[in-house]
Amino acid sequence: MSSCCPPPKMARLKYATDFDKSVLLNNFDTRGWVQVSTDDDWNIYWAGVHNIRNIFSVECGFRMGDDQVINHFPNHVELTRKDLMVKNIKRYRKELDKEGSPLAEKDENGRYVHLDFIPLTFMLPADYNLFVEEFRKNPNTTWIMKPCGKARGIGIFLVNKLSQLKKWSRDGKGNSFVAPTAKETYVISKYIDNPLLIGGKKFDLRLYVLVTSFRPLKCYMYRLGFCRFCTVKYNANVSELDNMFVHLTNVSIQKTGEDYNAIHGGKWTVENLRLYLEGTRGKEVSDKLFDDINWLTVHSLKAVAGVISNDRHCFECYGYDIIIDDNLKPWLIEVNASPSLTATTSSDRIMKYNLMSDVCNIVIPPGEFPDVRWNKVPAKENYGNFDLLVDEELAQAELLSQEVKARAGASNATVRGARDLRKPTTWK
Amino acid sequence: MNEDQVAEQFIVDLLQFLKSSKLYTDLFNAAQIEAFKPSLRVSELRKGVQSGLINGGWDRKLRNAIYHYLHTHPQQPTLPDPEHNKEPLLYIRKAQQTWEKKILKSLNSMCTELNIPLARRRAEREQKDMAARWTELGTDGPDERPWISLKSPGKEPGSIPIPSAMPTSTDTWRHKNLGQIRPVYAPKDFLEVVAGLQNTNYQNSVSNGGSFYNFWGIIQVPVKLKTINQLRVQYSEMSINQCQTGVDDLPDIPSELFDADRAKLGNKVLAANHAPVAREFSKKGCPDSMRGEMWCQMLGVEVDEVDILYYEQLKTCVLQHDLLVDNLLYKDVKLTATNDDHYFVFEDYLYQVLLPFSRDTVILKHFSHNCATPPKSYIRGKLGVEEFAVVYPPNGVIPFHGFAMYVAPLCYVYNDVVTLYHVFRQMYIQYFFRLHSVSSDPQGIVALSLLFEILLQTNEPELFFHLKNVGCQPLKIAFKWLMRAFSGFLASDQVLLLWDRVLSFDSLEILPVFAVAIFSFRKSNLMKVQTYNAAEAVLADVTTLQVVPLLQLALFSK
Repeated sequence: MSSCCPPPKMARLKYATDFDKSVLLNNFDTRGWVQVSTDDDWNIYWAGVHNIRNIFSVECGFRMGDDQVINHFPNHVELTRKDLMVKNIKRYRKELDKEGSPLAEKDENGRYVHLDFIPLTFMLPADYNLFVEEFRKNPNTTWIMKPCGKARGIGIFLVNKLSQLKKWSRDGKGNSFVAPTAKETYVISKYIDNPLLIGGKKFDLRLYVLVTSFRPLKCYMYRLGFCRFCTVKYNANVSELDNMFVHLTNVSIQKTGEDYNAIHGGKWTVENLRLYLEGTRGKEVSDKLFDDINWLTVHSLKAVAGVISNDRHCFECYGYDIIIDDNLKPWLIEVNASPSLTATTSSDRIMKYNLMSDVCNIVIPPGEFPDVRWNKVPAKENYGNFDLLVDEELAQAELLSQEVKARAGASNATVRGARDLRKPTTWK
Repeated sequence: MNEDQVAEQFIVDLLQFLKSSKLYTDLFNAAQIEAFKPSLRVSELRKGVQSGLINGGWDRKLRNAIYHYLHTHPQQPTLPDPEHNKEPLLYIRKAQQTWEKKILKSLNSMCTELNIPLARRRAEREQKDMAARWTELGTDGPDERPWISLKSPGKEPGSIPIPSAMPTSTDTWRHKNLGQIRPVYAPKDFLEVVAGLQNTNYQNSVSNGGSFYNFWGIIQVPVKLKTINQLRVQYSEMSINQCQTGVDDLPDIPSELFDADRAKLGNKVLAANHAPVAREFSKKGCPDSMRGEMWCQMLGVEVDEVDILYYEQLKTCVLQHDLLVDNLLYKDVKLTATNDDHYFVFEDYLYQVLLPFSRDTVILKHFSHNCATPPKSYIRGKLGVEEFAVVYPPNGVIPFHGFAMYVAPLCYVYNDVVTLYHVFRQMYIQYFFRLHSVSSDPQGIVALSLLFEILLQTNEPELFFHLKNVGCQPLKIAFKWLMRAFSGFLASDQVLLLWDRVLSFDSLEILPVFAVAIFSFRKSNLMKVQTYNAAEAVLADVTTLQVVPLLQLALFSK
């Protein structure tokens, strides 16, 4: 337990927030930080996504000082809106392909070997014709429709007949001259109909990824993510297509089910998942799965690194939603800019509290005021439950120093464990 | 009988056992195949067949079979009174009998009160329905949904809502009324029995006001125990200078130091497929990915077609009859695993293990060396007529509150239900049964409880005295841990590491040692408490504890 009054040396930061969430407020308060209104001179602003647009808009004319940080990047939607993320990843793959990068290697079916980590996806209505073509190729696949601008499982439905999509076809639209807004656009993705089941139930992963900079990329993976379980036995049967309890793992959906358990909330820690997989499937495949997850996270971030405006004042903690299929291949479903800070259970509360605390420690060196001129290299003891995925700057520096050492004849100086994930070279 | 005769008898029994096993037939067939080989000379028939069998790995199988036989059939002189074999002390035997009567009575009264039979044959349609739902017994079947909307029909309070016509299906009944089923007994009730044991030979001194033989703790039975030094020798593989799985193989430790070699060695051990070797290896813990096979080797579980068939048969038995015990098992899972954030995902697995378990008469075998006797019931109208007596439930085990937790951690190790079942059954008849029957065996719960108290007194006399003074006998808190072998109290990976040690050292004594370790570890907080509730609060959450370092602390630090 941290004491209620901080040591005198600790900097008393001023914080502002749009959220009235205890995991956040308690965290700031125990640090001895002082709450101020959003109009005041805050040092850290934990903003809701809706306010970010205003803060960074040109009309607002607001400019942040060197001692101010904020929890979103201005155009995070490039990663966190379903359609934009897909667009960026597709573009990223094409670019790598053009460069002739080995990462863009394709197999005999024209699929990317290393970068095939999102389910086949089309935008509607824009890609309607492309979709129809694909649909006719495999008429027996199930597809999942998601509105681009909504979260928490709202407006999602499953499709297995073209007729269900008449509304979104170009011809079906009343006036095709008006560009559709985010509210009207949908993404349609191939439904992962062979999910890994545990105890016969479907689940997805919610992992937390912290990005402190996109160029150079500096990102961290949180160790205490969790699995969200459906309360109902999984059933790929078409007759169950309407039963959303079978298919969607969103807590906001499952919570309304009558089998929802308020003690654990259908949440299972990633540590338990790992224990189970190692026990029942072996260490090698489990290691590979978690390596693959890190891999897809890094590349999803690299895919948007070029388009995100890399403001020095910003950091962001994303909620990654991942589904694992029964071949133990992870699929990136979507990325949330503002993962829920509402705690559903007591262990959830502890986890989220720690998450917020660890985020703060990485973003602002403990006891200090934020300073955007800082090189954003936190001390290792401040990582908490985060693991460094990539720090391109550090990797670069390390590479240089290794070269220097190699020249000096001390090539054997750096022997590092093969499982040290901090070295991006372990991912292929 | 003198010693030679005993040994002779033992060999005869062993041979008899081997001859009636499947291994015998398999060996016989293999020997025939060897003998048929054209390369074999008649003059060297014996030698040739023998070496052929050895090359084919049959000697390992035979050795394993004998090892497991020796293991489960301790060599002992056959006493004139078979009861004596089970439990030499009369007063303990009596206590167990009284306890059994009490459980049975409470079971019977539940039957009467709720107006449900002990057993009932399911109708054809019901059987089919249940078979279809076999892998999802935890969730409501579709045709039972209407019951949920029918609940609380607004009758006057106090009336027991039993449908006036006899229920057509007990499964639907279960839905409405599982709330009224209560566990037959909980660790707290059993602790009372254990604490109430009195050695009649000591009675005089106590009644005379003398308390020479009174122990500090609540267990008042003198049982021979190991001293801390004997335990140190027994668990020497766990000493602090030895690398341990679960401690020295964490991801942030370079794998060259321990993990890589450990994995290599583990693979060799598994390939050897010899139980004593697997035991020796596992004393330092099993790597998560090897645990499944390692445990099977230690327990002598090798699932073949016969085992699969056997499980299917048990499943059929479950489908055919609905037992009152099923309600107890359902209720137990719902009260424990379903609400546990480590185990809720395995709810359906638990039913698939526990329900067949209650039908498995192989379990009855363990009553030959257990002080307990399987409860009997009589066919309707034939009460008391011995020929109409049946063991109820068929496996002779009435589950208590928390019974399901013996199975739950195994779900992290075995994905296949049949293997899961057989491993659990073996663990039950080798270890777990001892945790809920009264006996003077050094592995029994009475001895384990006393060992806990004595060790705590020796290691932490100050703490023990303080707790006793504020009216909080330490065993009152630790007993439930012991009785459930810590399952459901620790994090899942930690229970498995603890059970690694139970299996590899072939002893439950590690449980009280670990309980002492917990008290030691929380000592500074416990020294501050003034009430039982406060002490309980300090020890309420032990999920963050690391088993191996704490064991080392308790065993080797003083």
